[in-house]
Amino acid sequence: MKFTNDSLKIDAAGTVEGIQAEIRHQIGRVLKKSGAVVGISGGIDSSVCAALCARALGPNRVVGVMMPETDSSPESERLARELGETFGFETVKEDISGGLAGLGCYERRDEAIRMVFPDYGDGWKNKITIPTNILEKETFNYFNLTVENPKGEVFTERMPLKAYLQVVAASNLKQRLRMTTLYYHAEKRNHAVVGTGNKDEHMQGFFVKYGDGGADLKPIAHLFKIQVFQVAEAIGVPADIIKRTPTTDTYSFEVTQEEFFFGLDFHTMDMLWYAMENEIPPAEAAEVLGLKVEQVEKGYANIKRKIVATEYLRMAPLEMDLIK
Amino acid sequence: MATIDLDTAREELKAFIVEAFLFGDESEAFTGSDSFMGKGIIDSTGVLELISFLEQNYGITVKDEEMVPANLDSIDNLVEYIRRKAG
Repeated sequence: MKFTNDSLKIDAAGTVEGIQAEIRHQIGRVLKKSGAVVGISGGIDSSVCAALCARALGPNRVVGVMMPETDSSPESERLARELGETFGFETVKEDISGGLAGLGCYERRDEAIRMVFPDYGDGWKNKITIPTNILEKETFNYFNLTVENPKGEVFTERMPLKAYLQVVAASNLKQRLRMTTLYYHAEKRNHAVVGTGNKDEHMQGFFVKYGDGGADLKPIAHLFKIQVFQVAEAIGVPADIIKRTPTTDTYSFEVTQEEFFFGLDFHTMDMLWYAMENEIPPAEAAEVLGLKVEQVEKGYANIKRKIVATEYLRMAPLEMDLIK
Repeated sequence: MATIDLDTAREELKAFIVEAFLFGDESEAFTGSDSFMGKGIIDSTGVLELISFLEQNYGITVKDEEMVPANLDSIDNLVEYIRRKAG
Protein backbone atom coordinates (compact mmCIF):
# COMPACT_ATOMS: atom_id res chain seq x y z
CA MET A 1 0.00 0.00 0.00
CA LYS A 2 1.30 3.43 -0.88
CA PHE A 3 1.26 5.88 2.04
CA THR A 4 0.90 9.55 1.11
CA ASN A 5 -0.28 12.76 2.71
CA ASP A 6 -3.64 12.11 1.05
CA SER A 7 -4.10 8.66 2.55
CA LEU A 8 -6.82 9.89 4.93
CA LYS A 9 -8.83 11.73 2.27
CA ILE A 10 -12.28 10.17 2.00
CA ASP A 11 -15.08 10.27 -0.54
CA ALA A 12 -17.00 12.60 1.75
CA ALA A 13 -20.31 12.41 -0.13
CA GLY A 14 -20.19 8.62 -0.23
CA THR A 15 -19.22 8.43 3.45
CA VAL A 16 -22.11 10.70 4.40
CA GLU A 17 -24.62 8.61 2.45
CA GLY A 18 -23.31 5.42 3.99
CA ILE A 19 -23.48 6.71 7.57
CA GLN A 20 -26.93 8.18 7.07
CA ALA A 21 -28.27 4.89 5.69
CA GLU A 22 -26.77 3.04 8.64
CA ILE A 23 -28.28 5.54 11.12
CA ARG A 24 -31.72 4.86 9.64
CA HIS A 25 -31.12 1.10 9.80
CA GLN A 26 -29.70 1.05 13.34
CA ILE A 27 -32.27 3.38 14.91
CA GLY A 28 -35.31 2.16 12.97
CA ARG A 29 -34.67 -1.55 12.48
CA VAL A 30 -32.15 -2.66 15.07
CA LEU A 31 -33.07 -0.46 18.04
CA LYS A 32 -36.70 0.10 16.95
CA LYS A 33 -36.68 3.69 18.11
CA SER A 34 -38.36 6.65 16.50
CA GLY A 35 -35.60 9.24 16.49
CA ALA A 36 -32.30 10.45 17.92
CA VAL A 37 -31.21 12.44 20.95
CA VAL A 38 -27.74 13.96 20.72
CA GLY A 39 -25.79 15.88 23.34
CA ILE A 40 -24.52 18.93 21.47
CA SER A 41 -21.61 20.97 22.78
CA GLY A 42 -20.83 23.23 19.85
CA GLY A 43 -17.88 20.97 19.06
CA ILE A 44 -17.32 19.38 15.69
CA ASP A 45 -18.03 15.76 16.63
CA SER A 46 -21.43 16.29 18.23
CA SER A 47 -22.30 18.76 15.48
CA VAL A 48 -21.53 16.24 12.74
CA CYS A 49 -23.49 13.51 14.54
CA ALA A 50 -26.56 15.69 15.08
CA ALA A 51 -26.45 16.96 11.51
CA LEU A 52 -26.12 13.46 10.06
CA CYS A 53 -29.08 12.31 12.16
CA ALA A 54 -31.19 15.27 11.03
CA ARG A 55 -30.36 14.56 7.40
CA ALA A 56 -30.92 10.80 7.81
CA LEU A 57 -34.14 10.83 9.84
CA GLY A 58 -35.62 14.25 9.20
CA PRO A 59 -35.07 17.16 11.61
CA ASN A 60 -38.35 16.57 13.44
CA ARG A 61 -37.00 13.23 14.70
CA VAL A 62 -33.87 14.73 16.26
CA VAL A 63 -33.41 16.59 19.55
CA GLY A 64 -30.14 18.29 20.42
CA VAL A 65 -29.60 18.64 24.18
CA MET A 66 -27.25 21.32 25.45
CA MET A 67 -25.98 20.58 28.94
CA PRO A 68 -23.85 23.46 30.23
CA GLU A 69 -22.47 23.59 33.75
CA THR A 70 -20.44 26.01 35.82
CA ASP A 71 -17.16 25.45 33.94
CA SER A 72 -18.62 25.41 30.41
CA SER A 73 -17.69 28.01 27.86
CA PRO A 74 -20.68 30.19 26.81
CA GLU A 75 -19.44 29.72 23.26
CA SER A 76 -20.58 26.08 23.45
CA GLU A 77 -24.24 27.03 23.80
CA ARG A 78 -24.08 29.72 21.14
CA LEU A 79 -22.60 27.32 18.59
CA ALA A 80 -24.97 24.50 19.53
CA ARG A 81 -27.99 26.77 18.93
CA GLU A 82 -26.53 27.87 15.60
CA LEU A 83 -26.23 24.20 14.62
CA GLY A 84 -29.85 23.52 15.52
CA GLU A 85 -30.99 26.49 13.44
CA THR A 86 -28.87 25.40 10.50
CA PHE A 87 -30.23 21.84 10.38
CA GLY A 88 -33.74 22.56 11.67
CA PHE A 89 -33.85 20.28 14.71
CA GLU A 90 -35.20 21.09 18.19
CA THR A 91 -32.67 22.13 20.85
CA VAL A 92 -33.23 21.78 24.57
CA LYS A 93 -31.10 23.31 27.32
CA GLU A 94 -30.49 21.49 30.59
CA ASP A 95 -28.17 23.29 32.97
CA ILE A 96 -26.63 20.48 35.01
CA SER A 97 -24.73 22.68 37.49
CA GLY A 98 -27.27 22.09 40.25
CA GLY A 99 -27.23 18.35 39.71
CA LEU A 100 -23.45 18.30 39.78
CA ALA A 101 -23.34 20.39 42.95
CA GLY A 102 -25.78 17.96 44.52
CA LEU A 103 -23.43 15.09 43.65
CA GLY A 104 -20.55 16.98 45.24
CA CYS A 105 -18.72 17.26 41.92
CA TYR A 106 -17.21 20.71 42.46
CA GLU A 107 -16.58 20.22 46.18
CA ARG A 108 -14.79 16.91 45.68
CA ARG A 109 -12.78 18.24 42.77
CA ASP A 110 -11.67 21.31 44.73
CA GLU A 111 -10.77 19.17 47.74
CA ALA A 112 -8.44 17.15 45.52
CA ILE A 113 -6.91 20.29 43.98
CA ARG A 114 -6.19 21.61 47.47
CA MET A 115 -4.03 18.52 48.08
CA VAL A 116 -1.64 20.18 45.60
CA PHE A 117 -2.50 23.89 45.94
CA PRO A 118 -3.90 24.50 49.45
CA ASP A 119 -4.96 28.08 48.61
CA TYR A 120 -7.22 27.02 45.71
CA GLY A 121 -10.72 28.45 46.06
CA ASP A 122 -13.38 30.73 44.59
CA GLY A 123 -12.28 32.62 41.52
CA TRP A 124 -9.46 30.19 40.73
CA LYS A 125 -9.29 28.16 37.52
CA ASN A 126 -7.81 24.71 36.93
CA LYS A 127 -6.83 22.33 34.18
CA ILE A 128 -4.95 19.05 33.79
CA THR A 129 -2.39 18.54 31.03
CA ILE A 130 0.02 15.82 29.90
CA PRO A 131 3.46 16.17 28.29
CA THR A 132 3.17 17.14 24.63
CA ASN A 133 6.61 16.02 23.52
CA ILE A 134 5.69 12.38 23.03
CA LEU A 135 7.54 12.15 19.71
CA GLU A 136 10.73 13.40 21.37
CA LYS A 137 10.91 11.34 24.49
CA GLU A 138 9.70 7.93 25.51
CA THR A 139 8.22 9.09 28.77
CA PHE A 140 5.50 7.66 30.93
CA ASN A 141 2.41 9.80 31.01
CA TYR A 142 2.09 11.96 34.05
CA PHE A 143 -0.43 14.64 34.79
CA ASN A 144 0.24 18.26 35.56
CA LEU A 145 -2.27 20.37 37.43
CA THR A 146 -2.25 24.01 36.39
CA VAL A 147 -4.17 26.62 38.35
CA GLU A 148 -4.69 30.32 37.91
CA ASN A 149 -5.56 32.51 40.89
CA PRO A 150 -7.84 35.56 40.68
CA LYS A 151 -4.75 37.76 40.14
CA GLY A 152 -3.94 35.83 36.98
CA GLU A 153 -0.88 34.09 38.41
CA VAL A 154 -0.41 30.60 37.01
CA PHE A 155 1.13 27.67 38.88
CA THR A 156 1.81 24.13 37.67
CA GLU A 157 2.68 21.00 39.66
CA ARG A 158 2.79 17.33 38.80
CA MET A 159 -0.20 15.65 40.40
CA PRO A 160 0.32 12.90 42.95
CA LEU A 161 -1.79 9.82 42.31
CA LYS A 162 -4.45 10.41 44.97
CA ALA A 163 -5.14 13.96 43.85
CA TYR A 164 -5.23 12.96 40.17
CA LEU A 165 -7.66 10.09 40.73
CA GLN A 166 -10.02 12.24 42.78
CA VAL A 167 -10.01 15.17 40.34
CA VAL A 168 -10.76 12.83 37.44
CA ALA A 169 -13.43 10.89 39.35
CA ALA A 170 -15.14 14.13 40.36
CA SER A 171 -14.89 15.63 36.87
CA ASN A 172 -16.24 12.42 35.31
CA LEU A 173 -19.50 13.07 37.15
CA LYS A 174 -20.12 15.71 34.47
CA GLN A 175 -20.08 13.22 31.59
CA ARG A 176 -22.07 10.66 33.56
CA LEU A 177 -24.77 13.16 34.52
CA ARG A 178 -24.96 14.21 30.87
CA MET A 179 -25.51 10.58 29.88
CA THR A 180 -28.30 10.29 32.46
CA THR A 181 -29.92 13.46 31.13
CA LEU A 182 -29.74 12.28 27.53
CA TYR A 183 -31.43 8.99 28.38
CA TYR A 184 -34.26 10.89 30.09
CA HIS A 185 -34.91 12.86 26.91
CA ALA A 186 -34.50 9.79 24.73
CA GLU A 187 -36.77 7.51 26.73
CA LYS A 188 -39.62 10.00 27.02
CA ARG A 189 -39.63 10.23 23.22
CA ASN A 190 -38.75 6.58 22.43
CA HIS A 191 -35.58 7.87 20.77
CA ALA A 192 -32.04 6.46 20.73
CA VAL A 193 -29.06 8.17 22.36
CA VAL A 194 -26.36 8.94 19.83
CA GLY A 195 -22.75 8.84 20.99
CA THR A 196 -20.48 11.40 19.39
CA GLY A 197 -16.98 10.00 19.82
CA ASN A 198 -14.64 9.75 16.83
CA LYS A 199 -12.07 6.99 16.27
CA ASP A 200 -9.29 8.84 18.07
CA GLU A 201 -11.41 9.17 21.18
CA HIS A 202 -13.05 5.76 21.00
CA MET A 203 -9.91 3.70 20.47
CA GLN A 204 -7.52 5.71 22.64
CA GLY A 205 -9.98 5.85 25.50
CA PHE A 206 -10.68 9.55 25.55
CA PHE A 207 -14.16 9.13 26.98
CA VAL A 208 -15.78 8.36 30.30
CA LYS A 209 -17.14 4.84 30.72
CA TYR A 210 -20.92 5.15 30.93
CA GLY A 211 -20.48 8.88 30.57
CA ASP A 212 -20.03 10.20 27.05
CA GLY A 213 -19.18 6.57 26.22
CA GLY A 214 -22.71 5.52 27.13
CA ALA A 215 -24.88 5.52 24.02
CA ASP A 216 -26.99 3.33 21.75
CA LEU A 217 -25.05 3.97 18.55
CA LYS A 218 -21.87 5.76 17.55
CA PRO A 219 -22.02 6.98 13.95
CA ILE A 220 -18.50 8.43 13.71
CA ALA A 221 -16.48 6.10 15.95
CA HIS A 222 -14.83 4.66 12.82
CA LEU A 223 -13.67 8.06 11.49
CA PHE A 224 -10.34 9.67 12.23
CA LYS A 225 -10.63 13.22 13.52
CA ILE A 226 -9.36 14.69 10.27
CA GLN A 227 -12.00 12.69 8.42
CA VAL A 228 -14.70 14.12 10.70
CA PHE A 229 -13.64 17.55 9.48
CA GLN A 230 -14.08 16.40 5.87
CA VAL A 231 -17.60 15.20 6.61
CA ALA A 232 -18.38 18.45 8.41
CA GLU A 233 -17.38 20.48 5.37
CA ALA A 234 -19.37 18.20 3.05
CA ILE A 235 -22.66 18.57 4.95
CA GLY A 236 -22.42 22.28 5.74
CA VAL A 237 -21.66 22.38 9.46
CA PRO A 238 -21.28 26.10 10.35
CA ALA A 239 -17.80 27.46 9.77
CA ASP A 240 -17.53 28.74 13.36
CA ILE A 241 -17.84 25.18 14.61
CA ILE A 242 -15.36 23.76 12.10
CA LYS A 243 -12.68 26.26 12.97
CA ARG A 244 -13.10 26.02 16.75
CA THR A 245 -10.12 24.31 18.47
CA PRO A 246 -11.30 21.05 20.08
CA THR A 247 -11.36 21.49 23.85
CA THR A 248 -12.47 19.32 26.73
CA ASP A 249 -14.94 22.02 27.92
CA THR A 250 -14.64 20.32 31.31
CA TYR A 251 -12.09 22.38 33.23
CA SER A 252 -12.46 26.05 34.16
CA PHE A 253 -9.05 26.85 32.64
CA GLU A 254 -9.54 26.14 28.93
CA VAL A 255 -7.49 23.13 27.82
CA THR A 256 -7.23 21.69 24.32
CA GLN A 257 -7.72 17.98 23.71
CA GLU A 258 -4.10 17.82 22.56
CA GLU A 259 -2.86 19.22 25.90
CA PHE A 260 -5.19 17.12 28.03
CA PHE A 261 -4.98 13.71 26.41
CA PHE A 262 -3.57 13.14 22.97
CA GLY A 263 -0.21 14.89 23.26
CA LEU A 264 -0.09 15.40 19.50
CA ASP A 265 -1.88 17.52 16.91
CA PHE A 266 -4.68 15.57 15.24
CA HIS A 267 -3.20 15.60 11.76
CA THR A 268 0.10 14.06 12.88
CA MET A 269 -1.59 11.56 15.16
CA ASP A 270 -4.13 10.40 12.59
CA MET A 271 -1.51 10.00 9.88
CA LEU A 272 0.79 8.08 12.26
CA TRP A 273 -2.06 5.87 13.39
CA TYR A 274 -3.18 5.11 9.85
CA ALA A 275 0.41 4.25 8.93
CA MET A 276 0.76 2.02 11.99
CA GLU A 277 -2.53 0.20 11.25
CA ASN A 278 -1.41 -0.46 7.71
CA GLU A 279 2.06 -1.56 8.78
CA ILE A 280 3.84 1.20 6.93
CA PRO A 281 7.55 0.93 7.78
CA PRO A 282 8.64 3.80 10.06
CA ALA A 283 11.20 5.01 7.53
CA GLU A 284 8.55 5.38 4.83
CA ALA A 285 6.12 7.12 7.18
CA ALA A 286 8.87 9.43 8.38
CA GLU A 287 9.65 10.57 4.86
CA VAL A 288 6.02 11.34 4.05
CA LEU A 289 5.36 13.12 7.33
CA GLY A 290 8.62 15.02 7.56
CA LEU A 291 9.55 13.35 10.84
CA LYS A 292 12.58 11.40 12.04
CA VAL A 293 12.31 7.62 12.09
CA GLU A 294 12.69 7.60 15.90
CA GLN A 295 9.78 10.03 16.18
CA VAL A 296 7.57 7.75 14.09
CA GLU A 297 8.56 4.76 16.22
CA LYS A 298 7.72 6.66 19.41
CA GLY A 299 4.42 7.78 17.90
CA TYR A 300 3.48 4.20 16.93
CA ALA A 301 4.42 2.96 20.41
CA ASN A 302 2.46 5.69 22.18
CA ILE A 303 -0.73 5.04 20.19
CA LYS A 304 -0.47 1.25 20.67
CA ARG A 305 0.05 1.71 24.42
CA LYS A 306 -3.01 3.90 24.76
CA ILE A 307 -5.18 1.44 22.83
CA VAL A 308 -4.09 -1.46 25.05
CA ALA A 309 -4.28 0.51 28.29
CA THR A 310 -7.84 1.66 27.65
CA GLU A 311 -9.29 -1.66 26.46
CA TYR A 312 -11.29 -1.89 29.69
CA LEU A 313 -13.27 1.23 28.74
CA ARG A 314 -14.62 -0.48 25.61
CA MET A 315 -15.46 -3.76 27.34
CA ALA A 316 -18.99 -4.78 28.15
CA PRO A 317 -19.46 -5.80 31.80
CA LEU A 318 -17.53 -8.98 32.51
CA GLU A 319 -19.61 -12.02 33.32
CA MET A 320 -18.69 -15.15 35.20
CA ASP A 321 -18.23 -18.28 33.14
CA LEU A 322 -18.61 -20.64 36.07
CA ILE A 323 -21.46 -22.90 35.03
CA LYS A 324 -20.20 -25.61 32.68
CA MET B 1 20.36 9.72 54.62
CA ALA B 2 20.78 6.05 55.58
CA THR B 3 22.52 3.90 52.99
CA ILE B 4 20.08 1.83 50.97
CA ASP B 5 20.77 -1.90 50.72
CA LEU B 6 20.07 -2.55 47.06
CA ASP B 7 19.48 -6.28 47.50
CA THR B 8 16.82 -5.50 50.08
CA ALA B 9 15.39 -2.81 47.82
CA ARG B 10 15.14 -5.35 44.96
CA GLU B 11 13.09 -7.72 47.14
CA GLU B 12 10.92 -4.88 48.43
CA LEU B 13 10.24 -3.68 44.91
CA LYS B 14 9.29 -7.17 43.73
CA ALA B 15 6.97 -7.58 46.70
CA PHE B 16 5.39 -4.17 46.03
CA ILE B 17 4.75 -4.97 42.35
CA VAL B 18 3.20 -8.34 43.21
CA GLU B 19 1.01 -6.85 45.92
CA ALA B 20 -0.04 -3.63 44.21
CA PHE B 21 -0.56 -4.87 40.65
CA LEU B 22 -0.93 -8.65 40.76
CA PHE B 23 -3.11 -8.89 43.88
CA GLY B 24 -0.49 -10.96 45.61
CA ASP B 25 -0.46 -13.63 42.89
CA GLU B 26 3.16 -14.69 42.70
CA SER B 27 2.41 -17.25 39.99
CA GLU B 28 2.57 -14.43 37.46
CA ALA B 29 6.33 -14.57 37.29
CA PHE B 30 8.45 -11.75 35.97
CA THR B 31 12.20 -11.46 35.83
CA GLY B 32 14.37 -8.54 36.82
CA SER B 33 14.68 -7.43 33.22
CA ASP B 34 11.03 -7.87 32.17
CA SER B 35 9.34 -4.66 31.05
CA PHE B 36 6.34 -3.86 33.27
CA MET B 37 4.60 -2.09 30.39
CA GLY B 38 5.53 -4.82 27.93
CA LYS B 39 4.07 -7.51 30.18
CA GLY B 40 1.00 -5.42 30.90
CA ILE B 41 1.69 -5.32 34.63
CA ILE B 42 1.61 -1.55 35.03
CA ASP B 43 -0.19 1.20 33.14
CA SER B 44 0.32 4.97 33.36
CA THR B 45 -1.77 5.24 36.53
CA GLY B 46 0.23 2.40 38.03
CA VAL B 47 3.44 4.28 37.31
CA LEU B 48 2.24 7.08 39.57
CA GLU B 49 1.63 4.54 42.30
CA LEU B 50 5.13 3.15 41.78
CA ILE B 51 6.64 6.63 42.01
CA SER B 52 4.76 7.26 45.23
CA PHE B 53 6.26 4.04 46.64
CA LEU B 54 9.79 5.04 45.61
CA GLU B 55 9.51 8.52 47.09
CA GLN B 56 8.03 7.32 50.37
CA ASN B 57 10.34 4.37 50.90
CA TYR B 58 13.69 5.53 49.55
CA GLY B 59 13.66 9.24 50.26
CA ILE B 60 14.14 10.22 46.63
CA THR B 61 12.27 12.75 44.50
CA VAL B 62 11.41 11.56 41.01
CA LYS B 63 11.67 14.47 38.59
CA ASP B 64 9.42 14.78 35.53
CA GLU B 65 12.28 14.12 33.12
CA GLU B 66 13.24 10.96 35.03
CA MET B 67 9.86 9.32 34.42
CA VAL B 68 11.20 7.23 31.55
CA PRO B 69 11.22 3.46 31.00
CA ALA B 70 14.98 3.38 31.37
CA ASN B 71 14.52 4.32 35.03
CA LEU B 72 11.19 2.75 35.94
CA ASP B 73 10.14 -0.03 33.62
CA SER B 74 11.70 -3.12 35.23
CA ILE B 75 13.05 -4.24 38.58
CA ASP B 76 16.63 -4.00 37.25
CA ASN B 77 16.03 -0.45 36.00
CA LEU B 78 14.44 0.59 39.29
CA VAL B 79 17.31 -0.75 41.38
CA GLU B 80 19.85 1.01 39.20
CA TYR B 81 17.81 4.24 39.37
CA ILE B 82 17.63 4.07 43.17
CA ARG B 83 21.38 3.45 43.29
CA ARG B 84 22.10 6.56 41.25
CA LYS B 85 19.62 8.77 43.09
CA ALA B 86 20.59 7.67 46.58
CA GLY B 87 24.25 8.18 45.73
